[in-house]
Amino acid sequence: MDVRSQVSMVFHLDKCIGCHTCSIACKNVWTDRQGTEYMWWNNVETKPGTGFPTAWEDQEKYQGGWELKKGELKLKSTGPAKVMANIFHNPHQPSMDDYYEPWTYDYETLFDAPEGDDQPVARPVSRVTGEYMEVEAGPNWDDDLGGSEIYAANDPNLDALTEEQRQQLSAVERLVMFYFPRICNHCLNPSCVASCPSGALYKRGEDGIVLIDQKRCRAWRSCIAACPYKKTYYNWQTGKSEKCILCYPRLETGQAPACFHSCVGRIRYLGVLLYDAERIEEVAKLPDDEIVEGQRSMILDPRDPEVVAAAKANGIPDDVIESACKSPVYRFVKEWKIALPPHLEFRTLPMLFYVPPMSPVMAGKDGDSVYHLTDNNLFHDIDQSRVPISYLAKLLGAGNEGLVRYALRKQKAVRLYRRALTVGDVDDASAARALREADCTVEEAEAIYRLTTLCTFDDRFVIPPMHREEAIQMIEEPHGHRQSVGFGFTAGPKRGL
Amino acid sequence: MTQLSHYLDQLLFVAVPYVALVLFFLGTIYRYRAESFSYSSLSSQFLENKQHFWGMVPFHYGILTVLAGHAVAFLVPRSILAWNARPLRLYILEITALAFGAMTLVGLLAILARRRSSSKLLRVTSKADWVLYALLLFQLASGVYVAVSYPWGSSWFAATASPYLWSLAKLSPEVSWVAALPWVVKLHMLNAWLLIGFFPFTRLVHILVVPNPYLWRKRQVVRWNRDPRTARLIER
Ligand code: HEM
Ligand code: SF4
Ligand code: SF4
Repeated sequence: MDVRSQVSMVFHLDKCIGCHTCSIACKNVWTDRQGTEYMWWNNVETKPGTGFPTAWEDQEKYQGGWELKKGELKLKSTGPAKVMANIFHNPHQPSMDDYYEPWTYDYETLFDAPEGDDQPVARPVSRVTGEYMEVEAGPNWDDDLGGSEIYAANDPNLDALTEEQRQQLSAVERLVMFYFPRICNHCLNPSCVASCPSGALYKRGEDGIVLIDQKRCRAWRSCIAACPYKKTYYNWQTGKSEKCILCYPRLETGQAPACFHSCVGRIRYLGVLLYDAERIEEVAKLPDDEIVEGQRSMILDPRDPEVVAAAKANGIPDDVIESACKSPVYRFVKEWKIALPPHLEFRTLPMLFYVPPMSPVMAGKDGDSVYHLTDNNLFHDIDQSRVPISYLAKLLGAGNEGLVRYALRKQKAVRLYRRALTVGDVDDASAARALREADCTVEEAEAIYRLTTLCTFDDRFVIPPMHREEAIQMIEEPHGHRQSVGFGFTAGPKRGL
Repeated sequence: MTQLSHYLDQLLFVAVPYVALVLFFLGTIYRYRAESFSYSSLSSQFLENKQHFWGMVPFHYGILTVLAGHAVAFLVPRSILAWNARPLRLYILEITALAFGAMTLVGLLAILARRRSSSKLLRVTSKADWVLYALLLFQLASGVYVAVSYPWGSSWFAATASPYLWSLAKLSPEVSWVAALPWVVKLHMLNAWLLIGFFPFTRLVHILVVPNPYLWRKRQVVRWNRDPRTARLIER
């Protein structure tokens, strides 16, 4: 057992209101520089939809992630044999057209325009060239199903649906959507790291945060193609790739990442998971129907004395193990099993998990009146949700509908249980039966309810002590760093000649 | 007159080369140590991906082959002479070399056409880039011209340029090896020294950081704080 710790995340999709506050918080802190305007380290997509960059989930197009070839894990886009041949022109590299051309408006004309017959307008100006431009797409062009006929229809996850289900999704009275916020998953088997010819990308041993060494990146841009989630971005100005850093300077000082901190729906949870690094490769090679449970089984119980001993032997500090015991992520993912990793079939072993969203039940139309297709069979509803289980399973369960059904049933049972307590129109017996059938005890239901709805800041973010002071002690004289922030070089990101 | 051209040769083929080499070594090392952030291929594929292939690929495959040819002729001239002893082999070598040279030139022209056709690319084209393009264009055009008009260069390079370069390397410069060469050839050589001297101030530094360790490193990279060796990499 090779125990390591990983700062991990849960996003509770049922709570996301699609306000994009998280994206703005991130942008203001990290990506408001030239060359990064188009980057959204945190973005929020409407599902069904094609997302950002357009159709990122389509690996036929982008060749991201890993594939199993004759029992071996291979990067889809590159590898030692291909790396030099493709270095001059990367055949799988997305271009700005797949994202969008960033723009602003020439607001001055609103003030400076000479008097005339027409109202002056502010025209869009490209943030790349500074010239006037036609806006053709934006980072969130299909927000709230805008232009679904064109956009959502190309969502790769819809492949999992039958033709009938597809039709139903777009019928007005059955229309449904949910939001899907995304950041880098800080994967255990990151394909971005594995693809970098310069070895500039790395995973931090202590907390698992995946970073790009800006001084080593040489713009070979392999990571852009290799990350199946398209969470590394190329800075066209500095000639360096950049990605979500999980706000490590904030984490190191005990603060939640900006997107977590600002989240209006309070959908975000962060905490440490201990896992067995010895099993990374084995789990990443599991067939699709076993891989989700395989990844879950890598996550270790921080209260198990054997695990604790192995963790200590690996130099994991006591307070980090303690923090792992309080981790909300551990509860959602491992204890309750209601949070699932996105697209595990890409085999990068993402460490951001999603609680699948509940959706209204299916409605039908009888002449002019709309009716709901529910009988009182409570569990039947889950399968009659407007978002088909098969869709969610493609997105979050590597195709395993059972896992999604389990997570949704449990959430539904918790709702019934609370409804019986607070509203009283559900009788206790059927609430109890619902819990039993959802594999949920009363204590668990109570805990899920509390962590979902009554969670305070400290319940949601259990930030482990990062012990960066030890890093500095190792390599420098601590007094030399007194009163300095100590985040390495601080020269501006000046483009090379 | 001969005196003058003697001094000119000394200036252009002794002084300039040494200045260029000093600039090259000091410049690249200083830049690597002080501004390693600036070492990048500055790829522009992200901004323009349609014409990109048609310039980058022929240019790079071409230039790398041509440079390799020059390097072999410089380092082991005898092998080239031995190979060229049979006319058929000489023809094959000459035609291949010319083909790669022409491919490089075509690639560079495609690169230039691409640069000029996109306002996004112009936005990221520096003055140093333009100087570099001019030098490269002259280098490739003169090289292809020499190959066409003074054939069997693979043989006479080994008998002129190679001993000249060795004499420079041994710090006892001997210009007489190249003094009698035609003026286009001399210009080709002079421009090469300019390219070398200008090298540290351009994007060409990307050639020095080609990613060899990828082939034998482990696929995943993990850096620990606790290991002082790797920790240093983080803090720098
Ligand atoms: C193995 C060695 C080399 C590698 C791996 C390499 C790689 C690259 C890469 C990745 C780019 C960026 C292309 C893009 O825009 O996406 C580039 C551009 C360039 N390279 Fe190289 N290169 C190598 C050798 C050379 C050599 C020997 C020369 C010339 C003497 C050269 C001259 C250039 C120039 C002029 C550009 C800029 C082209 C442009 O965008 O306008 N490279 N190289
Ligand atoms: S999501 Fe995974 S593969 Fe993509 S950048 Fe993050 S760590 Fe790398
Ligand atoms: S801030 Fe929170 S609720 Fe708002 S879009 Fe982002 S994740 Fe969703």
